[in-house]
Amino acid sequence: MSETLLTAAFLYAQITLGFAGCLAALRVLRGPRAQDRVLGLDTLYVIAMLLFLVTGMRTGSLFFFEAAIVIGALGFVTTVSMAKFLLRGEVIE
Amino acid sequence: MIEQNLILILVLLPFVGAIAASTISVNSRNAAAWLAALVMLGGLAALSALHAQVAEGRVPRAVINWIPALHLNLSLRVDGFAWMFVGLVLGIGLLVVIYARYYLSKTDPVPRFYAFLLAFTGSMIGLLVSGNIILLVVFWELTSLLSFLLIGYWYQNPAARDGARMALIVTALGGICLLAAMLMIGQIIGGYDLDLVLASGDLIRAHATYPVVLGLFLIGAFTKSAQFPFHFWLPGAMAAPTPVSAFLHSATMVKAGVFLLVRFSPALGGTGAWFFAVTGTGMATLVIGALIALFRHDLKGLLAYSTISHLGLITALAGIGSNGAIVAAIFHIANHAVFKASLFMAAGIIDHESGTRDMRRLSGLMRLMPYTGTLAIVASAAMAGVPLLNGFLSKEMFFAEAVEWHNGTWLDNALPYIALVASIFSVAYSLRFIMTVFFGPAPVDLPKTPHEPVPWMRRPVELLVLTCLVVGIVPGLSLGPLLNMAAQSVLGPETPWFSIAVWHGFNTPMIMSVLAMALGAALYFAFAMRISDGPEGPPLLHRLRAQKMFERSLLALSWKWPRVLHRLAGTERLQPQLRLIVLAAIAAGVATLWAGMRLAPQPQLTALDPAFAVMWAVGALCGMGAAWMAKYHRFAALVLLGGAGLITCLTFAWFSAPDLAVTQLLVEIATTVLLLLGLRWLPKRKEEIADDRLASARLRRLRDLAIALVMGLGMAGVAFVVMTRPTTSNIGDWFLRNAYHEGGGTNVVNVILVDFRAFDTLGEITVLAIVGLSVYALLRRFRPAPESAESPIQQATDAPRLKDAMFVPSVLMQWMFPVMIVLAAYFFFRGHDLPGGGFSAGVTLAIGLLVQYIATNVRWIEARLIVLPIRWMGAGLLIAGGTGMGAWLFGYPFLTANAQYITLPLIGPVPVATAMVFDLGVFALVVGATVLMLIAIAHQSLRIARIRAQDEPQPSEQAAE
Repeated sequence: MSETLLTAAFLYAQITLGFAGCLAALRVLRGPRAQDRVLGLDTLYVIAMLLFLVTGMRTGSLFFFEAAIVIGALGFVTTVSMAKFLLRGEVIE
Repeated sequence: MIEQNLILILVLLPFVGAIAASTISVNSRNAAAWLAALVMLGGLAALSALHAQVAEGRVPRAVINWIPALHLNLSLRVDGFAWMFVGLVLGIGLLVVIYARYYLSKTDPVPRFYAFLLAFTGSMIGLLVSGNIILLVVFWELTSLLSFLLIGYWYQNPAARDGARMALIVTALGGICLLAAMLMIGQIIGGYDLDLVLASGDLIRAHATYPVVLGLFLIGAFTKSAQFPFHFWLPGAMAAPTPVSAFLHSATMVKAGVFLLVRFSPALGGTGAWFFAVTGTGMATLVIGALIALFRHDLKGLLAYSTISHLGLITALAGIGSNGAIVAAIFHIANHAVFKASLFMAAGIIDHESGTRDMRRLSGLMRLMPYTGTLAIVASAAMAGVPLLNGFLSKEMFFAEAVEWHNGTWLDNALPYIALVASIFSVAYSLRFIMTVFFGPAPVDLPKTPHEPVPWMRRPVELLVLTCLVVGIVPGLSLGPLLNMAAQSVLGPETPWFSIAVWHGFNTPMIMSVLAMALGAALYFAFAMRISDGPEGPPLLHRLRAQKMFERSLLALSWKWPRVLHRLAGTERLQPQLRLIVLAAIAAGVATLWAGMRLAPQPQLTALDPAFAVMWAVGALCGMGAAWMAKYHRFAALVLLGGAGLITCLTFAWFSAPDLAVTQLLVEIATTVLLLLGLRWLPKRKEEIADDRLASARLRRLRDLAIALVMGLGMAGVAFVVMTRPTTSNIGDWFLRNAYHEGGGTNVVNVILVDFRAFDTLGEITVLAIVGLSVYALLRRFRPAPESAESPIQQATDAPRLKDAMFVPSVLMQWMFPVMIVLAAYFFFRGHDLPGGGFSAGVTLAIGLLVQYIATNVRWIEARLIVLPIRWMGAGLLIAGGTGMGAWLFGYPFLTANAQYITLPLIGPVPVATAMVFDLGVFALVVGATVLMLIAIAHQSLRIARIRAQDEPQPSEQAAE
């Protein structure tokens, strides 16, 4: 029973995350401002991290955890550098 | 064993000396000269230690096996011929070293000269003692290369540059032909060992490709020894410092060609083709060289053409190939070396002391420099072949061979007459040298007043002229034994003993000698005035300059025709180039796959996961969006690219490649920042491009879309077909099975990288280091487009200051630094067994450092934290290479890894692999290279701001950047 429930929950989580990914990608594609695109990409990163975790739980594998860590600890670097680029016109001054 | 070491010393000592000389300070002339002289003396000592063996007819060898399976071995051998020749090289080299010490001026970078000279000596000796014909070609090319450097020593002088380039092109071209000939010989006889080649003469001569081999071989030898029609580079090389000319013309370089002819005459010679090609070319060169020499006004030019002529004589003898001819050839090689070296040195003294080499201006120097004059007169008498001097003996042997040897062809019948004509000219030009320079009225308006040089500048000439006399008067006692030793090593041990005597009786060669001298003197005195007043070169022929023709054809080949080709078929625009590349890829793919590629009968399909299907759609959309936006909205394209990259990582993880996913994510992050850094310097987009709306532009885009679609669908199709095939056993299975047993790690990817294929990884990190350094070097002189050189509008004075804008983020980012370091350590240490490894760890640490730069600014961070990327890179390469070499200590091949468990107190057994040390090298190098590139770009804004601060940037200050 709990296994069925868990499977259903994982499936649901994955599909909703996929849907969220679509929405985030729409923002990245359409903009309209550059800031919207950056935020969209950041969201995509978070979604990818969650998807890694969910998939890891579903398959019972530890290996997805690494990728999630990388996004968690370093994924923000992309967003920060893009934000700084928009804010200051260059990343490192 | 001892002789093996002696031979190695003989070859390696000059190279070691060259390296040592190149480290000597520019001003220490004496130190460099002493070093060079000691190296030459050391070589002579090693050589004399070998004499006893060689004189017994044995051949000392030193063989170091390199790739025995391909017959490529570092094999060195010293037989009698090589012994004599090496002695000549070292002896004259020693004299040249002494002479050059006094010849070169104080402003010349003397250590560089001696370094080149020593390296050149080393390659010449290597060429002489090579026992492997491929090794011989390697040394052959080294002599070409180093003679280029020597001739171009005064590179401020355009004539020196041109002469050096011409010499390099001609001799290196010949070197390629020689290599081809040697490879073909190797194919014919199945090995590259010189002894084997010399013993398989019949096999080579009988082979169908013999004419081709012979042609290529002769082009190699003729270009080197300046035989007609390749003779023109040698006069061009006159722009070299005179000591170099003396060395190149006497014992080395040009003599390498005739050495090769004599050396290979047992293997390739003895046929009609050999006789006609070699003797024919030799005789032609002999006459043409002597003729042109008579008409040159430049002292060194006369000597250069005389060298060409004498080399023609030696070549002709090698072509005749009888026992007597080979002995005469070897004898003349030695004699010519001695008198030509002394003549060049004398000419150098005259040039040095009087300031000109023009024979029309020089005159009556006998009164001003009697010693030098006497020496030069004796040496040029030897050149003319006057009795009681060494040149006479070998020339007479040449006459004897020309008269007595017969094979019944027309060339053979003509030989004595051609020899006589050439000798007449040779007497005439020698006489001209003596008469115009040393006799006649006192010289007027010379740049300097000539006087005797310092004694030590004259000593080498004195010694050489003394040798001329000793060999000329008592040949049998002086050079006789050596000559016979050399001849026996070429012709075989049963060769009869040749006794050289001054007096052979009143025979035909004697009559020819007397005739040549009488007619030569008559010719000179009859035409002396006309020659002086005439143009530089023989009448009529002087307009036909081989040098000019060469330059014209070089210009056409290297500049005009490529330009035409480029205009017809090339483009400087990126888009057409990319289009052509993609179209070529499509064509190649279709051509190879059309017939063979079919879907497997039972495709192995995987069930579709809805969540990933959606994410792939997202990734594909992002990718296409990036392509769509790339032209006008670079930033948007970059963001979309980030999205596509992220989905790629997701895919890797999904296809159970967590290692790849992690690495790809890290690279993705670093790349995005890198591109953003570069984006700063790209020009802003133009708002509207009118042409873009034209029908032709739309059509072009449509066509490009079609190409892109075909390519993309094609790639997808190929990938689909390959991936749905049932898996067969492949090398991957082997790695999976053996990773733990052989490499001691459970992460197969990492074990492959640092153990099984560690050599590839070593190569890759080396490339990475090179790339990092190139990026750094290129950015040192970076000049942005004028419109993007200004400070970005976001940094206008009324905008919020950096510190305020980044206040909170910068605190967070600085706190994340330790976390990132721990993450890097985590990836590094678990790498061998679980996902991670040196590469991921390196990129992680680099990102951590980068974040600190983003959080604050360059000045702030560099006042607190200094990264020395180049040291990181160097350390990384050393560690990785050192680990590999460490395996040698235990008797294993390079990069053999070892893994075992060791017990640490408190922690217990810990797996340790040498591969981890190797991985540490990878880690350090990746950190260094990544940081170097990122920071090099990051520094640009500081640099450009500094340039902008000075209103008009000075070019010299930019050069100092």
